[in-house]
Amino acid sequence: MTTAEAGERPVSEVLGVPPAAHKARDRGFVLVLALLTSIALLVLAVLLIDTAIDGVPQLSLSFLTSFPSAFPAKAGIESAITGTLWLMGVVTFVIVPLGVASALYLEEFADGTRLWNRIIEVNIQNLAAVPSIVYGILGLAYIVRGPLSLGRTVLAGGLTLALVVLPVVIITSREALRAVPPSIKEGALALGATRWQAIWRQILPSSIPGIATGVILSISRAIGETAPLILVGAATFVAFNPTGLDSPFTALPLQIFSWISQPNDEFRMLAAAAIIVLLVLLVILNAVAITLRNRYQQRW
Amino acid sequence: MATSKATSDAAGPNAESVFGPARRRIGEKAIAVALFLAAATSVVITVGIVISLTGETLAFFADQAVSVSGFLTGAQWTPLFSDPEFGIRPLVQGTLIITGIALIVAIPLGIGTAAFLSEYASPRVRSALKPTLELLAGVPTVVFGYFALTFFTPSILKGLLGMDVSVFNGLAGGIIVGVLIVPTVASVAEDAMSAVPQSLREGAYGLGASRRQVTVRVVVPAALSGITAGIVLGASRAVGETMVVLIAAGQVPTTSLDPRNPMETMTAFIGATGKGDVPTGSTGYKAIFAVGFALFVITLILNTISIRFVRRYRQVYE
Amino acid sequence: MSDVDPASGSRDEPGAPPVSGQAPAVPAGQPHAPIPSVAHGDVIDHEIENPVFITEELSVSYGSALAVEDVSLSVPEKEITAFIGPSGCGKSTILRCFNRMNDLIPAAHVEGMVRYHGVDLYGSDVDSVQVRKRIGMVFQKPNPFPKSIFDNIAFGPKVLGMKGSMDEIVEQALRRASLWDDVKDRLKDNAFGMSGGQQQRLCIARALATNPDVLLMDEPCSALDPISTGRIEDLMHELKETVSIVIVTHNMQQAARVSDRTAFFIVDMGSSEEARIGRLVEYGPTDRIFTNPHDTRTEEYVSGKFG
Repeated sequence: MTTAEAGERPVSEVLGVPPAAHKARDRGFVLVLALLTSIALLVLAVLLIDTAIDGVPQLSLSFLTSFPSAFPAKAGIESAITGTLWLMGVVTFVIVPLGVASALYLEEFADGTRLWNRIIEVNIQNLAAVPSIVYGILGLAYIVRGPLSLGRTVLAGGLTLALVVLPVVIITSREALRAVPPSIKEGALALGATRWQAIWRQILPSSIPGIATGVILSISRAIGETAPLILVGAATFVAFNPTGLDSPFTALPLQIFSWISQPNDEFRMLAAAAIIVLLVLLVILNAVAITLRNRYQQRW
Repeated sequence: MATSKATSDAAGPNAESVFGPARRRIGEKAIAVALFLAAATSVVITVGIVISLTGETLAFFADQAVSVSGFLTGAQWTPLFSDPEFGIRPLVQGTLIITGIALIVAIPLGIGTAAFLSEYASPRVRSALKPTLELLAGVPTVVFGYFALTFFTPSILKGLLGMDVSVFNGLAGGIIVGVLIVPTVASVAEDAMSAVPQSLREGAYGLGASRRQVTVRVVVPAALSGITAGIVLGASRAVGETMVVLIAAGQVPTTSLDPRNPMETMTAFIGATGKGDVPTGSTGYKAIFAVGFALFVITLILNTISIRFVRRYRQVYE
Repeated sequence: MSDVDPASGSRDEPGAPPVSGQAPAVPAGQPHAPIPSVAHGDVIDHEIENPVFITEELSVSYGSALAVEDVSLSVPEKEITAFIGPSGCGKSTILRCFNRMNDLIPAAHVEGMVRYHGVDLYGSDVDSVQVRKRIGMVFQKPNPFPKSIFDNIAFGPKVLGMKGSMDEIVEQALRRASLWDDVKDRLKDNAFGMSGGQQQRLCIARALATNPDVLLMDEPCSALDPISTGRIEDLMHELKETVSIVIVTHNMQQAARVSDRTAFFIVDMGSSEEARIGRLVEYGPTDRIFTNPHDTRTEEYVSGKFG
């Protein structure tokens, strides 16, 4: 437009004409990338829709408040929900002190050049990627049977799941601690605080939102874990709520797996309904974590 | 050192008269030790895994029925039969086929997603896409197993594509495991692409490269070690994935290479056998540990490779 | 902007502030300029035949913050034009308008006009990729690709789909950057193994391989030692036979040594601390800018009194 007014040479004469094939390839490339990106999300969407279609009609108050049954119409997930809640309690109780303490040691105390500390560090990285079913084997050999011999109890299941997610808690807690700028600690030390006082009064409080987010996300991973529970839990037909740490139990993912394994379609519909309950629980946990992260996280 | 020596030589005031008596902070020490012990538990866990696995694995091979060579090369895996055979090849083969299918799915999807997020997506699109991928990564795998068995095999493979597949088949398991590991591959690969210095992109743009050319010819090659790390980590997750294959791929150890048939992976064997109440000390119980040991070693090797690759790109650009 | 007639170079603006007397004064309109008397030397210069670039009241902002305002100048062909001034004065920002590198920063917004051989570079029918094919750029820090020396040079010709023997193209580009003798025996070596000065000459060779019409250099020697800097300056003198060069430099001696014309920019603190706006103060033949500047601020800067 401007060039025409100015009576100058046309754009194409000065800059040349871009090859049409180039343009087409550029556009095709973006389309391919966008397509590749959307496929996984499309699968997620179809999964959610399919599960909702199968499961929503089964959802009712009696489904939530009944125990498993040989008759699909009477079966429910009360014992699975309470079992999952008990497991969450045990997992939280174990991973919070152990995970935060490990993270504090590695971030604030450990001399990273020492061989021993490097071993711990590499070890945690590797543990984070050990398949969860291997933890199930460990739980079966050492927690359910062997040295601890706790039996197929809530405590054994919770401890096993805690082991699965402990590396994740340590890694996310370290990130939260690292996000506190060193100047905060230096300020406290300069006022005559000891190392622990600086950590306990300044660093830890500032990193609580980040740590809490990591813990909640770890718990939400733990309650979806099925494979380790198959090995340590085994009981899928539990018609009562756990009464304590030494009680046998079932859990939502186990109940889902058990129903999927039934050849009967009606049980599979129940599995879909239980999946919806599990996903709702996960969404709630994740929403809490995201809210924590967004609202309380200190921006430095 | 020098200052304290100087003051004592000069017979000046000692530290105590200036700063007050030094305090022994036993509490500080105790806390440090306690924190160290907490961090050391992770090593204890690893040691526990290794000892429990190797102990029972050695016991497994000590049984007369099983030889190491028969275990590694045998084509029959029937540990619970009255006349048991313990060739792990069918399980390893099942694991490899399903991992291979998963990677065929996850490599293009994961790298495509990473490139889109890192090079094309606007901040707004990114901020919507990344949590969705996290959501995908957060869905329990038992749910994907349900989806593979009740929807993907009957409605997509049989219905939409008209394939002649079994109710339980390796193809559905592999494809869904592939979707499952897309967030892993994508997030590691995207980290690597984002770490490519902007100056390299500018250099290429300055030469008249288009965004596609910058992505394909500069960013992807420069991020290659990180992308490889993502793929290896994804493979490690696929090898270790239990629920999808246990539910959807079947529990029939086979040497068939046709993924339309049922096949059993190492993880599925462990899950299926551990599900029943296997008596401690039985050969079946020990077989769980022998397979678990092999699984642990494979994933450990893959993870170590992945960490190496990540380190390599961090060294180059950070 | 479209009502500016580039043929006349500029127009008189009644509201423009008074211009110091001896300047051949072509004022650019700055109705809201908070500092008085921006004494443009010869801004859009009638003496310059066939200018490569003409900017008219060019302003760039990042988000809501104005970075550089109302720059009007013209860049001659086959000469070296230097942009000097204190840091933050917008000289690099203006340079990056010449090949639309600012497009890569989503928040960047360009107002005013940049003409390249008369074509409005920011016109709706202009493809930024086409622009960068003709207008090469060398950056502050050497940025070779993590590939072999050969592949670094061949990258541009390949993405542009240039025909001909790649070996010849690479050799010619390396010769033009007087790097051939240094590297001819190790073309397959990784470029990261070269010294900083060699890397920067490699980046110049890389830019030359696509036969650009203009070479933009953004503080190309700031990361180099004096000897490497000297070699690059010699190279620039050879190159101006064939290409027009615009160089941004923080080094006044360098501008005095290599350039034919110099533009002096300044940071205007404006009303608040936050608002640091770059402006063009004076532009003219390098000899005159350094020996007989019209503006007192230019004089203070080139004599080392501030900046």
